[in-house]
Amino acid sequence: MIYDVIVVGGGPAGLAAACSAYDNGARHILILERDRELGGILNQCIHNGFGLHYFKEELTGPEYAGRFVDLLRKTTTEVRLDTMVLSVTPEREVHAVSAAEGYQVYRAKSVILAMGCRERTRGAIAIPGDRPAGVFTAGTAQRYLNMEGYMVGRRVLILGSGDIGLIMARRMTLEGAKVLACVEVMPYSGGLMRNIVQCLQDYEIPLYLSHTITNVEGRGRVESATVCRVDENRRPIPGTEMQFDCDTILLSVGLIPENELTRAAGIEIDPRTNGAVVYENMETSLPGVFACGNVAHVHDLVDFVTAESMRAGKAAAAFAFGLQPENAAVTELKNGNGVTYTVPQHIRPERIEKAADVFFRVNRICGASEIVVADGERQLCAFPRDHLAPGEMEHIMIPRKLLGEVPPAQLTVSIREKQA
Amino acid sequence: MYDTIIVGCGIIGAAAAFALSLQEGSVLVLEKENDIATGATRANSAIIHAGYDPEPGTKMARLNVRGAALAKELCSALSVPYAQIGSLVLAFSEEEMSTVRELYERGVQNGVPGLQVLSAEETRAMEPNVSEQVQGALYAPSAAIVNPWEYALALAETAVRNGAEIRRSCPVVSIRKTADGWAVGTAQGTFEARTVINAAGVESEEIHDMVLPHSFHILPSRGEYYLMDKSEGGRAGHVLFQCPSALGKGVLVSPTVHGNLIVGPNAVAAVDKTRVNTTGAGLEFVRSTAVKSVPSLNFRSSIRNFAGMRANSDRDDFILEEHDGFIDLAGIKSPGLSSAPAIAEEALAMVQKSGVFRSKKQNAVVTRQKRHFNLQDETGKRAMIAENPLYGRVICRCETVTEGEILDAIHSPVPPCSVDGVKRRCNAGMGRCQGGFCGPRVLEILSRELNIAPESVKKDLDGSEILLGENKNV
Repeated sequence: MIYDVIVVGGGPAGLAAACSAYDNGARHILILERDRELGGILNQCIHNGFGLHYFKEELTGPEYAGRFVDLLRKTTTEVRLDTMVLSVTPEREVHAVSAAEGYQVYRAKSVILAMGCRERTRGAIAIPGDRPAGVFTAGTAQRYLNMEGYMVGRRVLILGSGDIGLIMARRMTLEGAKVLACVEVMPYSGGLMRNIVQCLQDYEIPLYLSHTITNVEGRGRVESATVCRVDENRRPIPGTEMQFDCDTILLSVGLIPENELTRAAGIEIDPRTNGAVVYENMETSLPGVFACGNVAHVHDLVDFVTAESMRAGKAAAAFAFGLQPENAAVTELKNGNGVTYTVPQHIRPERIEKAADVFFRVNRICGASEIVVADGERQLCAFPRDHLAPGEMEHIMIPRKLLGEVPPAQLTVSIREKQA
Repeated sequence: MYDTIIVGCGIIGAAAAFALSLQEGSVLVLEKENDIATGATRANSAIIHAGYDPEPGTKMARLNVRGAALAKELCSALSVPYAQIGSLVLAFSEEEMSTVRELYERGVQNGVPGLQVLSAEETRAMEPNVSEQVQGALYAPSAAIVNPWEYALALAETAVRNGAEIRRSCPVVSIRKTADGWAVGTAQGTFEARTVINAAGVESEEIHDMVLPHSFHILPSRGEYYLMDKSEGGRAGHVLFQCPSALGKGVLVSPTVHGNLIVGPNAVAAVDKTRVNTTGAGLEFVRSTAVKSVPSLNFRSSIRNFAGMRANSDRDDFILEEHDGFIDLAGIKSPGLSSAPAIAEEALAMVQKSGVFRSKKQNAVVTRQKRHFNLQDETGKRAMIAENPLYGRVICRCETVTEGEILDAIHSPVPPCSVDGVKRRCNAGMGRCQGGFCGPRVLEILSRELNIAPESVKKDLDGSEILLGENKNV
């Protein structure tokens, strides 16, 4: 048996990709999920705010996942839970193990990688000090609190203002903990503005921008942490130390796409996103292998994960049925001023129906600006924005018709700020 | 009445327990912490040194070379990850080249096999990532890397299978002479033995002073490290040292047996020997010193930092002495890990003077099987799952550690009682996410298997409980 599409990962990306592959004609679809249930990280995100773009209503994480699980149940998709994928080969064989079925090799016409991301840890940012219990990544603390039902702290300091950290500041407060402060090394928050307001300001939790933790003390458990202001090179400034008596430190210091399978398969990785280099339809450098969601690049809203994964699912179905034209010309998307990365990194204009979806992030806070797409000196299109911030993913659509009969080899996406 | 009580179960206590457990006699090991190998043994460079470093004629010189040879056999017999990858001492100036030549001469005198002085070109041919500034190196093919805490665990587990007893969370508070030996007072009561071995590491001075006139001083020295992601593991193929100085063997860059890269240590006189913290300044020193050897080191790939405590003493050599059946194995600084099985041989000879452990045990266990799922090929993986389906349930994603392996660890002869204890036995949580995903699962398994409340499960040593209680709404 050869599956039309195998999806690695049953979180929001994998669910949407599988549903979309079904809607586009695939019938033999398999989702391999390492956890004990579908839904991925959404299951522990019990706050609301999901689905405003996609469903036009406000859902909790489990509700958002539930909508897609319901949709999936109406399809012929097979699901294997508690199943870990060990490798994906260039021949699109997927090696997986589970307690229930042992070692299995599944074959597919196309494969969608949807493994999500993991959190950066204390070790990744080398926070000095003792190594007591009580230092958690925000997502791990969220799992303990929301899924296992246990409190991880009473007096909490949060390092990093990523969205999970902000959400956990509110969640811990609602559970009766005292959140002493949120500390961010950058001069701006890495999270969504609405979360700064709803999770910190509404609870009078101070946000220290341009600060970091320089020491952790505690024998068995965290007893205190030292926080310092940092200079423009993010180095602690002596004499600015503040001491916080806390029993817990939560880290929300970035997410890293989980691309161990991707790398092992020999797929090209973009060092800017830490995800696979992809084309307009989320196909990777390995034909018939697609990547979508946080494994491709870290998103801010699940709604965008869904939209991107729908495109991947549709393309994977088309590949399975041999419907993709070959040898299309490739246009490379380059990062111009103010742009950290783009996804996709490459587009094949003849495979675009109406417009190419391009996601990216900016590398600094910008006021009123234009996002400019240019072929060398020639501006193709521009998109006005009132405000741009690194914490918020940007999305533009480059119309197919602007790319002309002979598509350019390169396009540059850059930010033109109206006033410095 | 035991024939021997060993105080301390780091690599030295474990090696001594193993050596004694092969002989007829009874052994009790007393460990202060809730797990063994939690002092210097778990936080060091994880190197079996070749033996060119110690002054010829010292105990360190003799026992390092002997210990390194024994380690190779032991690690193979006891399934301890070990790889003889060789080491290079890099020289960055003509002056350091003369140090390299001195080390070569010393090594030859110490009986170190296969030493070579390499030119700059030969060095770079062997290690393409070393600095352009490198003028040459001393190559020691017998140097190896090892998993130090698994080495100690393997020795201790095998000793237990041979009848040795280990009591953990059992600090020694007094030792006094009795008519036929020694009475050792502990948190768990008093135990008597004909002989006592002091293998208490940084606390060997306190143990010695309970019994004998003060004769040495432990001068603990803290060393800080970076552990890098497996993506950096190929940055070096050998243990890369810089030239040694008065402070120690300097900052090294080396692959680990797990495929990561280890970078460090510095050396700082410790104010408080029980505190193995890292510091901003120490880590900065390690970074800036290590890039002199390998300029392309990428510290953004760090997955963990840690510090260890060297049990240096005010003497220039290991302190291996016997007084009336009380034996000091003290001041065991580097190359202590390398020398451990040879030090254990010395300890055995010293206890034998008291008339114990004179004859070999019949049918003593001298091997240990340890399988890692992720190191098996497809056939091996299938066979493990056929044997027990729980080898098919991956708990730690980064290191591909299965529930079957975690259960094996929890039910091993020296079982873990903490999440980090599980990590030390089967690598769950050792990878790039540092237990972010598998930590809650390991906690759940420990709670279930040990039949204790989740709130009682510790991260590591006593007082390191992870959860503070149930949610207010639960």
